[in-house]
Amino acid sequence: MTALASPAPRAIGLETVGMTKIFGPLTALDDVSVKVAPGSFHALLGENGAGKSTLVKCIMGFYQPTRGAVMVDGREVQIPNPKAARDLGIGMVYQHFTLVPSLTATENLVIARADVPSVIDWKKERARLDELFDRMPFRVPLDVPVSALAAGEKQKLEILKQLYLDQRFLILDEPTSVLTPQEADEILGLLRGMTERGDLTILMISHKFREVTQFADDVTVLRKGAFVGSAPAKSLTVGEMSRMMIGDMKLRERAARQSFEDKPVVLELAGVFADDDEGLKAVEAVSLKVRSGEIVGIAGVSGNGQSELIETLSGQRPLADGRFFVKGEPYEPERGKMARFKVFGFQEEPLRNAAVPRMSVAENLAFRTFDQPPIAKGWGWLSPGPMRARARELIASYRVKTPGPDEPIQNLSGGNVQRAILARELSSEVDVLVVANPCFGLDFASIAEIRGQIMDQRNRGAAVLLVSEDLDEILELSDRIAVMSEGKITYVANAAETDRTTIGQYMAGHH
Amino acid sequence: MEDTGLVTVLLAMLAGAIRVSTPFMFVALGECLTEKSGRINLGLEGTLVFGAMAAYATSFLTGSPWLGVIVAGLSGSLFGALHGAICRLKGVNDIAIGIAMMLFGTGLAFFFGKAYIQPVAPHLPSIALGFWTDNPNLAKALEINPLFLIGIALAVLLWWALANTRMGLILRTTGDSAPAALALGINVDLVRFLATAFGGFLAGIGGAFLSLYYPGSWTEGLSSGQGLMAVALVIFSRWNPLACVGAALLFGAAGALGPALQSIGISRGYHFFNAAPYLLTLIIMILTTSPTRSLKGAPGELSITK
Repeated sequence: MTALASPAPRAIGLETVGMTKIFGPLTALDDVSVKVAPGSFHALLGENGAGKSTLVKCIMGFYQPTRGAVMVDGREVQIPNPKAARDLGIGMVYQHFTLVPSLTATENLVIARADVPSVIDWKKERARLDELFDRMPFRVPLDVPVSALAAGEKQKLEILKQLYLDQRFLILDEPTSVLTPQEADEILGLLRGMTERGDLTILMISHKFREVTQFADDVTVLRKGAFVGSAPAKSLTVGEMSRMMIGDMKLRERAARQSFEDKPVVLELAGVFADDDEGLKAVEAVSLKVRSGEIVGIAGVSGNGQSELIETLSGQRPLADGRFFVKGEPYEPERGKMARFKVFGFQEEPLRNAAVPRMSVAENLAFRTFDQPPIAKGWGWLSPGPMRARARELIASYRVKTPGPDEPIQNLSGGNVQRAILARELSSEVDVLVVANPCFGLDFASIAEIRGQIMDQRNRGAAVLLVSEDLDEILELSDRIAVMSEGKITYVANAAETDRTTIGQYMAGHH
Repeated sequence: MEDTGLVTVLLAMLAGAIRVSTPFMFVALGECLTEKSGRINLGLEGTLVFGAMAAYATSFLTGSPWLGVIVAGLSGSLFGALHGAICRLKGVNDIAIGIAMMLFGTGLAFFFGKAYIQPVAPHLPSIALGFWTDNPNLAKALEINPLFLIGIALAVLLWWALANTRMGLILRTTGDSAPAALALGINVDLVRFLATAFGGFLAGIGGAFLSLYYPGSWTEGLSSGQGLMAVALVIFSRWNPLACVGAALLFGAAGALGPALQSIGISRGYHFFNAAPYLLTLIIMILTTSPTRSLKGAPGELSITK
C-alpha cells in the first residue's frame, strides 16, 4: 500500500509542558510535563490526590493551569473551556457516567452533538447511528432508557458517544471500575485495536496494574502533584510502578492468615429477599453461612443487589422475606440486638452511611456507647468528659488525624473518617463484622491499614461478611468467595479453589 | 326520575370538568415543565391568584379580556423568573422559596386587588359547541372557553416537543442529571430559569381564567388551592403533559360534584362533596406513592426525589 492510498492517521498527539495548578495554599499539580504520542495507549498512574484528575481537567478546559501549556500535534493550543477541548478532538469518558438516565441511548447520543437540529428527525438520526455502529467494534441497545442498561453497556455507550462525536484523543478516567474483568478486557482490547490502527490516542487514568501492563504502551506516574517518571509499560514491573506511586512510604505488613478448623457458624442469612427503591426485587433468596474466623467475600458488578443486601443487614432497608441468624438465634438489625450479638460493620462513603458529618469526631465515635456508662449517667444525661476521653484514646490508638475530638468529622480526610469509623466499630469485642467496599477511594496506606484490621478481626474469631466491587480486595482477603449477580448468589467456592476467570464469568452472569 | 337525575349529575360533572379543569390544566402544565427542568415551584398558587387579579384589573381598565390574559401571563412569568433567579443562588431551597413566593403572590394580589372587588370587568367569550343539541343542559355543558382548547393544544405540543425537539431534550437532560447537562455545555441555571418563568406564564393564564370566566369575578377567596393541587396533579400524571390534561379533567369533575348534586336537590353533605377534589388529591397521593419505592418517571434532579 502506498502512502497516498492509506488515509492519514487520524489520531492526534498531545503534550503538557510544565503544567502547574495552584489552589490557594495547595499545589495540586507541580510542573508536570507528559508526552502522549499519536496512536498510543498511555496510562496515567497515581494515588488518590496525586494530581491525575487535576491534570486531565486542565487538559479538558475545566481548570485553567496556573502555569504551563497544552500542545496538540506539536502546536500550543488554548483550551479555555470543555467545548474548546471538544473542538480540538479531545474527549473524556468520566468515572461517573455522564449519560442522562431517562433518555434513550439514541437521545443521549444526539443531544451530545454540537449541532442538534431544533426539530429532530429520529428516522434520519437512527439511520446515521446504524451506519456509524456498523463500523464500531461494539453495539448497545439504542431504544431503551439508559437507566435500564447494565453498567458495562453504559460504559460502552460513553465510549461510543465520544467516537460518535469524532473525538480522536480520548481520556478515560478509571473506565473499568464498574466492569467485570472480561468486559474490561473486551473494551480495552477493542480500544487498543483502534489505537494500533492509528484511529485513536488514549490517555487512561487507572490504578489497576494488570490493565496497565496488559494494554498500555507507555506509563506516566504522578505522586503528590509532581511528575515521577514516564516509561514504556513493558520496561516496568508492577513492583517498580507501585514504588513510583507511593514513594518510600512504609505500608503496614499484610497480616498473616491464621488457619482454623471447624469453627461454628456465627452469621447466617436464610432466604433473604429485599426490594430496591423502585419496588423491584433486588435481592432474591440469598442464603449464606459465615463461620467464626472466616471472611466470606461477595464479589459482583456494582448494582447487582449487593448494596441492598448490606442495607438489610445494617437495618437501612426492610427485609421482604427471609431471616438473619446470629449464633443460631434470630437476629434483627436493631440497636439492642446489635449490642447483644456484637454485630459491627462499616461501608463505603462513611460520611453518608456511618457518620453524621456535622457532629464532632467524639460524638461520632460514641454512637455505639453513648447510651451506656460511663458516657450515660442515667436520667438521659450524657457526660461529655468521658466521651471526650474515650475519643482521645481511640484517636490515638487508631492514628486518626484530626485537630481534636471536637472537630466536625466532615472536616477530616476520607482515609481518616474511615479510620475513625473503624475505631468505633472494632475497638470492642466483635463477633460479626459486615463490611462493604471499605477501601473505596482511599490511598494505599489507608487501604493497607483497613485490610489489616479486617484480617485481625478474622484472626480473633470474628465472622466477616465482605462485599466489594474490587475483585483484588476479595481475592486478597476472603476465605470463601461468593458471587452475586442479579440479586442472587450464583457461585460459592473456597478462595483456594477458584480463580479470577471463573469468578468473572459468574459476575457477568455467563455460566 | 332516577335516570334523569343521574344524567343531570353526569352532565353537570362533564360541564364542571370542562369549566373547572382549565386552571388546573394550565398550572399543571406550567409546573410539569418547571419540574422537568429539575425544580419545583410551589409558588404557582400565588402566581395564579396574582394572575387572576392582574387579568381582571386589565380587563376592567382596558375593556379587553384577552389583553387581561396576556398581562396575567406576563406577570406570572415575572413571578416565575423571580423564583428561578433566587433559586440559582447557592444554598437556596426551591421548596422554601416556593412557599415564600406563594405568600408573596397572594399578598400582593390582595394589596393591589382591593379596588377591583366591586367593579365588573368584561369576561372572556365562550364558543357554543352545543348548537346541534336540544338538550339545554348538554348545550350549556358544551359552551367552551377557548382557553380550554388552547390548553389541550398546548399539552399536545409540549408532549411532542419534549420528545422531538432540541429544546425538549435539553430540558429533560437538565432535569434528569445536572452533571450530565453541564458536561454537554448546557447552561443549567438558564434552562431552569426559563422553564420556571414559562411555568409562571402558564399559571398566570390559569389565574386569568378564574377571574375572567369561571367563577368570573375577582375576590380574595377566588382560588381554592388549585395552584397547590396542581403540584400533586403533576406527580399523579407522572410528568407527562397529556396525562396532566386527563388529571385536570378528573379534578375538575370532582370539583363539580357538590354543585351538581345540589342542582338535583341533594344538598345533604354539600360541603363534604365540595371537598371532593381535596380528598381526591389525598387519596391519589396515598395510592400512587409508597415509602419503599421512589417515584417512577420523576426527573432525577428534583429535590423531592434526590
